[in-house]
Amino acid sequence: MTKVLWKGNQAIAQAAINAGCKCYFGYPITPQSEIGEYMGDKMPELGRTFITAESELASISMVIGAGTTGTKAMTSSSSCGIALMQEAMSAMCCAEVPGVIVSVMRGGPGLGNIASAQGDYFQAVKGGGNGDYKVIVYSPATIQEAIDLMYRAFHVSMKYRNPVMLLADGILGQMMEPVEFGQYPYKDDDVSIWALSGAKGRTPRNIVSLHMADGELEKISDRIFEKYRIIAEKETIVDKFMTDDAELIVTAFGTTARIAKSAVKKARKAGMKVGLFRPVMLSPFPEKELFETAKSAQMILDIELNQGQMLLDVKASVFGACPVEFLGRSGGGLLTDTQMLEKITALYNKIGVKV
Amino acid sequence: MTGETLVYKRPETLIKDKGFTFCPGCGHGVVLKIIAELIDEFGIRENTIAISSVGCSIFLEKFYELDVAGASHGRSPCVATGIKRSLPDKFVFTYQGDGDAATIGFNETIHTACRGEKITTICINNTTFGMTGGQASATTLVGQVTTTTPRGRKAELTGYPLRVAETVANCEGAAYVARVAISSPKYIKQAKKAIRKAFEMQLKGLGYSFVEVIAACPTNWHMTPVECIDYIENTVEKVHKLGVFKDITEGENI
Repeated sequence: MTKVLWKGNQAIAQAAINAGCKCYFGYPITPQSEIGEYMGDKMPELGRTFITAESELASISMVIGAGTTGTKAMTSSSSCGIALMQEAMSAMCCAEVPGVIVSVMRGGPGLGNIASAQGDYFQAVKGGGNGDYKVIVYSPATIQEAIDLMYRAFHVSMKYRNPVMLLADGILGQMMEPVEFGQYPYKDDDVSIWALSGAKGRTPRNIVSLHMADGELEKISDRIFEKYRIIAEKETIVDKFMTDDAELIVTAFGTTARIAKSAVKKARKAGMKVGLFRPVMLSPFPEKELFETAKSAQMILDIELNQGQMLLDVKASVFGACPVEFLGRSGGGLLTDTQMLEKITALYNKIGVKV
Repeated sequence: MTGETLVYKRPETLIKDKGFTFCPGCGHGVVLKIIAELIDEFGIRENTIAISSVGCSIFLEKFYELDVAGASHGRSPCVATGIKRSLPDKFVFTYQGDGDAATIGFNETIHTACRGEKITTICINNTTFGMTGGQASATTLVGQVTTTTPRGRKAELTGYPLRVAETVANCEGAAYVARVAISSPKYIKQAKKAIRKAFEMQLKGLGYSFVEVIAACPTNWHMTPVECIDYIENTVEKVHKLGVFKDITEGENI
């Protein structure tokens, strides 16, 4: 199969179609509007559903509706729009409703700007919804990976009946790269054992998130957190680059990790033993994998396009095995590999030096 | 025994041996029973998916032998949209209150009507947020005493009640819109007729159907059920007038 040049947002949309997404519900917001535009063009032609909803509150609730019937459905949005979906994502986790959410981050807080940023790590990974729950979050660094992770997002969402988010950013959404689509590689589970379909010849089912009976909610909470433990064990993906002998390990996700990789390569050329640890699944966070990797290093440098969000998960995972430093930039500006290399070099020279 | 004729039996759509858990004199039980009877009459129990909403309207799965999906506050029509678009052959209805369909979720109600989603909404309008203890909602009458308008709703401070059915009827995608009451046996019969019509609209794929039911909330109105009937007929109905506001099949024999 030959590679073809695709824009990130459109590739994400086509990947969803290939994954068997039957319903797209969304509300326009920069920098991800091409996803909705692409779906508005393709989905009706395929006899599938496309609706521009009245708000993000509505679009995610439409995803819930489709999800309760075991139908593959998605929405996409950006920062402030994703904020409006948080209540529903909490409800989806409680009621165990599948659905895929694409979040293409822009600058924040507030309406912020439309530049690329990573300020929505907390929003995606910790969530702003109420109660104990976790959205499963994947973070692509290339458009090819965005396609592959969209396939995985639909499969994992249906398998575990939990919302799955693809957390991209403005750069990934807007840029073009050569990609290969390939076939949807997963065999999905049978939904007929749990989905709503009208109670024909069976006991009626309900998929709701209010559980008032004594002890009922606690049971659900324990069950879904057992599920998250299994997901962490079975579904975690990390990308490690030259970490085996590294004295300094850079942690970064998404687009920033891609730039960091070239900084790491330059550092290696300059004779420094530096590696890159990139969590591809951000939630549940790959704590064990990072701890094991950090044990043999002297220092961690976490780099993000925010004021230090994944940093907290990195510190918690490293758990004092070595010091953790941070390089960040917020508000829509980028960090170049040269700026990263400067910081890496300065920190590397401090390793082993007593102050 | 011979010579006995069955004139009424408990609808199969209602869970056996389970009573409603609403306050005495509340309108919900009457409407839920009408819906159950109609689902039986149409023979669609095994092809129906109901959407419960936040408020006293939430406990559908406790009373109905139906598949039920829950929704966040105000989003029942969106959940219904997702279900109906996924399974167009199913009969899909939302059961909401005025706090849900007319206050927090009115945007959703209007847009669902405009899209002409082939679903049905039954909206219980008791002019108050019942479950949270009787606060003023979008449909609260001017002068009405609630826990958030203890001296009565003042128009100069909080404006005027929303006329839900009239506004929904303005949406082109709405096929049938009516406001009914259940304060007398005659009204209950009319209400059943309207809900039957609303269900038929969906079953025939004609568009969105919406029935607003004026119902009593004796607990939060601080009235006896009998006083509520008087209040509905002499006060509430002066503002929320009964009638059919839209019927695209008017004059046709559907």
